[in-house]
Amino acid sequence: MTFAKGLFLGTAASLALAAHLSAAAAEDDTLKIGLLATFEGAFTVLGEDSKRGAELALQQHDGMAGGKKIEWVIGSSDASPDSAVRAVRKLVEQDGVQIVVGPLSGDEGLAVKDYAKTQPNVTFVNGTSAAQDTTLRDPAPNFFRFSTDGAQWMAGLGDYAYTEKGYRNVATVAEDYSFPYTQVFGFMAEFCKAGGHVVSKSWVPIGNKDYSSVIAAIPADVDAVYVALGGADGVNFLTQYQQAGGTAPLIGGSITADQTVLSSQGKQKEAVLGMPSAGPIADTWDDPRWKDFVAAYQAAFPDGFPSPSLFAHGYYVNTEAVLKALDEVNGDLSDGGAKFRDALSKLEFDTPTGMVKLDANRNAIADIFVTEVAEGEDGNLYNKVVEVKEGVNQTLGQPIEEFLKLGVVGRDNPDCP
Amino acid sequence: MSTLDPAAAAPARPWSIAGSPLTWAALALLLVYPFVASPFFIYQVGGYALVLGIIALSLMFLAGYGGMVSLSQMSAAGLAGYMVAILGSNSVGTGFDWPWWVVVPMAVLVGALFSTGTGLLAVRTAGIYTIMITLAIGMALFLLTQQNYAIFNGHSGFAGIAAPVVLGVDWHQPVPFYYLALFVAAACYAAVLYVARAPFGLALQAIRDNPRRMHALGFHVLAHRVAAYAFAGVIAGLGGVLLVWFNGRISPGTIGVDRMIDILVIAIVGGIRHPAGAFLGAIFFVILETFAIDIVGAERFNTMIGMLFLVVVVFSPDGLLGLWGKARRSLQRQELPNN
Amino acid sequence: MKLSPLSTVLVALLVAMLVWLFVASWPDWLTGVLGAKKLFVTTIFNGVTLAGLYFLVASGFTLVFGLMRNVNLAHGSLYLLGAYVGYTVAELTGYWLIGLAAGFLVLSAVGAVMQILVFRRMEGDELRQTLVTIGLSIVAADLMLATWGGKTYQFSIPDWLNGAITTPIILAHRSNGDAVPLTYPFYRLVVLAAAIAIGIGLWLLLNRTRIGVMIRAGVDDRMMLSATGVNVHMVFAAVFAIGAGLAGFAGVVGGSALSIAPGEDVRYLLASLVVVIVGGMGSIPGAAIGALLIGLAEQIGLAYFPTYGVVLTFVIMVAVLAFRPQGIMGRPA
Repeated sequence: MTFAKGLFLGTAASLALAAHLSAAAAEDDTLKIGLLATFEGAFTVLGEDSKRGAELALQQHDGMAGGKKIEWVIGSSDASPDSAVRAVRKLVEQDGVQIVVGPLSGDEGLAVKDYAKTQPNVTFVNGTSAAQDTTLRDPAPNFFRFSTDGAQWMAGLGDYAYTEKGYRNVATVAEDYSFPYTQVFGFMAEFCKAGGHVVSKSWVPIGNKDYSSVIAAIPADVDAVYVALGGADGVNFLTQYQQAGGTAPLIGGSITADQTVLSSQGKQKEAVLGMPSAGPIADTWDDPRWKDFVAAYQAAFPDGFPSPSLFAHGYYVNTEAVLKALDEVNGDLSDGGAKFRDALSKLEFDTPTGMVKLDANRNAIADIFVTEVAEGEDGNLYNKVVEVKEGVNQTLGQPIEEFLKLGVVGRDNPDCP
Repeated sequence: MSTLDPAAAAPARPWSIAGSPLTWAALALLLVYPFVASPFFIYQVGGYALVLGIIALSLMFLAGYGGMVSLSQMSAAGLAGYMVAILGSNSVGTGFDWPWWVVVPMAVLVGALFSTGTGLLAVRTAGIYTIMITLAIGMALFLLTQQNYAIFNGHSGFAGIAAPVVLGVDWHQPVPFYYLALFVAAACYAAVLYVARAPFGLALQAIRDNPRRMHALGFHVLAHRVAAYAFAGVIAGLGGVLLVWFNGRISPGTIGVDRMIDILVIAIVGGIRHPAGAFLGAIFFVILETFAIDIVGAERFNTMIGMLFLVVVVFSPDGLLGLWGKARRSLQRQELPNN
Repeated sequence: MKLSPLSTVLVALLVAMLVWLFVASWPDWLTGVLGAKKLFVTTIFNGVTLAGLYFLVASGFTLVFGLMRNVNLAHGSLYLLGAYVGYTVAELTGYWLIGLAAGFLVLSAVGAVMQILVFRRMEGDELRQTLVTIGLSIVAADLMLATWGGKTYQFSIPDWLNGAITTPIILAHRSNGDAVPLTYPFYRLVVLAAAIAIGIGLWLLLNRTRIGVMIRAGVDDRMMLSATGVNVHMVFAAVFAIGAGLAGFAGVVGGSALSIAPGEDVRYLLASLVVVIVGGMGSIPGAAIGALLIGLAEQIGLAYFPTYGVVLTFVIMVAVLAFRPQGIMGRPA
């Protein structure tokens, strides 16, 4: 045993040394950037698409930024905050990267922000994590997010449901953790202000697939049901809702009306037709910038998704920001990245989904799309863009002090029965 | 369960391992390790392996000496970690902000109580039931922490937890943390070896081998088993305190079913018959987990670790430690003619 | 387990009360306590049908344990593999029933192979067998993720199984006097029927066939069975094939009721564990009782107190362990 341990120690020491040496040798002409996403566990598919987004951005820059060749160092998590911190620690402390792009999910984002505070000379640029407090409360000065948070994604939906659709009393169904809380918060912020009431909120335990009893518990007299369930959960809910004879129309969260739901067969089609939702991308937006992006994605990754997911989009936009800022400082990070971060915070650029710039907390101000499920001429369902909310900021247009007074999102916050 | 039976490994002379030159050489190497390694290797590899090793040690004690494979030792450790977050301070702002010298003993106590409670439920149906019952109990705690916001802050858990500054040393820094973990690990290691040779440990091993005879001899079988759970709970609790200091955060994912299985993998791969196996397994596991992405990519890490686990269970029930023993014996055999 | 006169009366009372709750028109105070009658009745239906699914999964698990003392912690992986295989075959052939048959048959073969290649080598070494099943489940989960990806699959069940049926249970009366009956998804009732059929089939197999006699003899005394000249390995392989096949069958049935995704293996493994711990290891009637308790607890929890509903099943488990460690129908170890 001791022999083995001794052998290990020796190997470890030489490994560490080698890593230092190789880092020094590669310094001049190439620049290593950490890419953190979920390449293991159930979110692997999403992690792979996010990597496509980051690679596409670099491809369009010919693999160069600031006069240096850019090289990815991949970090992998299983979507748990613990593993995200372990992976990002390795990227920073072992692989010696000075810029990290990522992570993918909300709780990971909060954990990486906490870690960022301990590494003031490393710059962290978000992937697609969308928790509010990654940038809103107690932000890290070196964490930047050129994508929007889960509450921003809902901008315009509450008003649309109240005025256009005429809903007054709504019940919500969503999974029981922070991301759905944020989505419900974003929806209610507008809907309650407009005068609507959310009469019941069903928080479904994570991993539950059987919604039949949850559906039975929805009050019978609501005008609509707001459903923030993604992918498979969304399909399960819709199937069972339709089987249980649910008649109230639905309102969708940002991930409810995705391709899984729209392309699934069966009678749930009737349930989703006309369902409004909102989010940071809209598959069928006819703006040339978006169309070019989709075409480039499809050309670069024939084995990718039919259309880039919001994960590919988020990593694309954030990587794009990194490359643009590197160009501005000529790839110079010798001052611990201070100039680079300064360039990042002043950045304002055009993305496939419109102009993006940062607020004082380094969170994106960007456009949000309100969509409605419609039937195409070929009989397939798609998300029709009904409204583009331009320049949505993190406080949803409210002064920041007022917004902070609303408190941290949770099961019972906000509340307007 | 003959093949995994540690009886064969129980050395004839007490302290023969503890006093052997091998042990002292290992300790010396571990002591000088921070002088040759980078901070990343000191903290993220060395410190982490020691912490996981401590938790796996608590499983090793129950399984190796008591014949009770408890998967919920990770839960006991996690609960102790949660106590550190709740009774101390955290970034959610719900902590009691008690000083560390109150928090740590309380946390270890809660971990030990949880382990004892698990023991009370599990020992009455010993043997193969233990794995199932402890898996279910661990899962129950996981779901409770995920659903409860008042105490455990639900799915998000707690962040912003750091080892305290004591005696002017910031124990969160890599080198101090490493030595702290090494000290606790060495203490737990010695305690396990000591207890294994003490009358209680010997009775426990005898109960493992033949509970009926021990009962007939007048030993209280259940009480011994529950006491073993309590002792293992103290070790797991210490590991849990270090784990939450190491990560700086804790959430239900920290004690999920994957993590519970990880601890079992560590203890089995290292070698379940000897306390050193827990640490050997932990070192191996951490190296693999950290560097798999550079070698084979992260995608199939679980296949790799699962295959390794299978190979160990099928071919070398004593784990890596057993392989070393085999190698040494065959070496000795080869050297014999020369003597 | 013989019931005492007192518990017989209690059970009869409970059944009578349930029947009344289903048949009667609810007074207002009751609606105040339990919510609308529709919620209560639907929840009970959901609980019982979910119990059917849990029984399908757990019966194979408990059958294997009963004979071989092998705690097959890869049982959840067998469930998920069955679902994936069934889905793939159903998509290829276009027939759901062929998918269902494939789920059963392929997994039976996998089970027999597992028994012959792996478990036979370590007979009598139960702990090692269990550890092997843990290793297999880690590898299987990862390989399934590699093969089928992280996507979620949905079976398209045939039309004759789809849709809702109208039950004779009257929920309320409209103001014009029309009765409002309960409509319920037909497929879920089919799941329940399948579970009852499988339960009866297993009972017949164990009590009315030669191999059943061998299996029961093996449960009681393995040594004596082999001493009488029976090829124990053949019996073991057969039982493992049936157990794994049932897991695969349940995978297709359950995957059609809900959906198939990574992580379902652990979910159904835990459900099986809790069901058999509560019901009693190795007992088929125990699995039925355990499934009923856990299924009802889960659905009532979801409908009435979703926050801690998931914890409720484990509370039941701990209570059973505390008062009856061998489970409700289990024999003392």
